Amino acid sequence: MAELTLTVNGNPVRSDCAPGTLLSGFLRETLHLTGTHVGCDTSQCGACTVIVDGRSIKSCTMLAHEADGASVTTIEGIANADGTLHPVQQAFRTHHALQCGFCTPGMVMASVALLARQPEPTDADVRHGLEGNMCRCTGYQNIVDAVLASAKSMKGVQA
Amino acid sequence: MNEFKFMRAATLADAAAAFEKADDARYLAGGQTLLPVMKQGLAVPSDVISLARIGELAGIAVSKERIDIGAMTRHADVAAHKEIRALLPALSVLAGGIGDPHVRNRGTIGGSLANNDPAADYPAAVLGLGATIVTDERTIAAEHYFQGLFATALEPGELITRVEFPVPRRAGYVKFPHPASRYALVGVMVSDGPHGIRVAVTGAGAGVFRVPAMEQALAKSFTPEAIADIPIADADLTSDRHGSAAYRAHLVGVLARRAVTLAASPAMHGHRS
Ligand SMILES: Cc1cc2nc3c(=O)[nH]c(=O)nc-3n(C[C@H](O)[C@H](O)[C@H](O)COP(=O)(O)OP(=O)(O)OC[C@H]3O[C@@H](n4cnc5c(N)ncnc54)[C@H](O)[C@@H]3O)c2cc1C
Ligand code: FES
Ligand code: FES
Repeated sequence: MAELTLTVNGNPVRSDCAPGTLLSGFLRETLHLTGTHVGCDTSQCGACTVIVDGRSIKSCTMLAHEADGASVTTIEGIANADGTLHPVQQAFRTHHALQCGFCTPGMVMASVALLARQPEPTDADVRHGLEGNMCRCTGYQNIVDAVLASAKSMKGVQA
Repeated sequence: MNEFKFMRAATLADAAAAFEKADDARYLAGGQTLLPVMKQGLAVPSDVISLARIGELAGIAVSKERIDIGAMTRHADVAAHKEIRALLPALSVLAGGIGDPHVRNRGTIGGSLANNDPAADYPAAVLGLGATIVTDERTIAAEHYFQGLFATALEPGELITRVEFPVPRRAGYVKFPHPASRYALVGVMVSDGPHGIRVAVTGAGAGVFRVPAMEQALAKSFTPEAIADIPIADADLTSDRHGSAAYRAHLVGVLARRAVTLAASPAMHGHRS
């Protein structure tokens, strides 16, 4: 065990965990933030996507200890303080961008990071930007629609 | 994953000393290869040494003749770098096409080159542009660095510190990505620079290789037509369920012609302002 200090969804966290603990396991099992899903655990599916210091990463492919000192944002951390949904969450809902919902936390986090990087993406930018996230249900079309719609709704508004 | 000791090295000397002391240490860069391999039990290190906080491995330095990229530079940072995009757009394209955004946010140039996956992209850039690998002990020319399937000239514990790319007059990189992994089924880098004309192929065989017949033809005429009739022997190429050796050989020809077209287009000329 070794100590680890980081910020998760704005809250300071200090904890002990074994060196081999993955960030996904730390979030889910130590912090009980089970919104971050583990689909493949082999770096392929993106269900475990979270944002570390502004960048989207696969939390099943990062050691928790590598996030020491970092600021981590998970799906639990993006809604507004009053409980209303983040524009990307709202657009996923409006556009039926989910069916079973397993991929959704990763898709939303990947989309939030994508829009921070490219506030006005094209259809092709969205498809390229979501290459790390798989969805076995929707066929992607409604996900792309939702991301394009959130880009519009967020125009001029801070993410 | 197995249990291991974890340490964050602060300097190159720290990292090398920790490596020396351990039974079976591995350096950790972006972890995009090492962690999956450890999960599969194919690597069972006693010690994992993180390179993330070693300042000597960070940073990109650009001059008119050369681009130096620190080993811990993430693929996303190479892809987004404005001066690289202006001087050597083929390298931006290559880095921006590795895996997916999340892999590019973690994976590093040093890790990719140390690993030398036969379908990785950076080996095509290093060999195809005539880059130099700098380690904590020496410099290694691209010709001597790649030694076949996952094999390199690195000695145990030797650390890549940076990669030096000479800026070519023009270059183009085209890959046919594996539809699921985005690794190169075949990728071809063509360049016309201080090391003459180079054509380097990744994905097709056990390791990156050059195609001298194409290089000679392009030296006479830098056009896709000049290499249209050059046969690619498929005897040593990879055959698997994703593509036969004959298919890969065919792709080498197609992608090399596209890479030449790209390199010859004004957008792919380095802008030396
Ligand atoms: C889903 C997925 C898709 C991918 N697609 C592609 C692709 O399309 N093209 C492509 O090229 N790659 C692809 N990759 C691989 C990716 O580019 C990795 O980043 C890269 O292979 C390894 O780099 P890393 O920084 O993650 O290294 P790590 O995984 O941390 O390390 C890899 C190896 O290199 C050693 N090492 C690391 N740094 C150094 C150093 N400075 N000196 C000496 N040894 C060192 C480590 O000890 C380890 O043995 C993909 C990976 C994933 C998970
Ligand atoms: S669970 Fe991390 S990529 Fe699938
Ligand atoms: S909604 Fe079921 S996997 Fe995407």
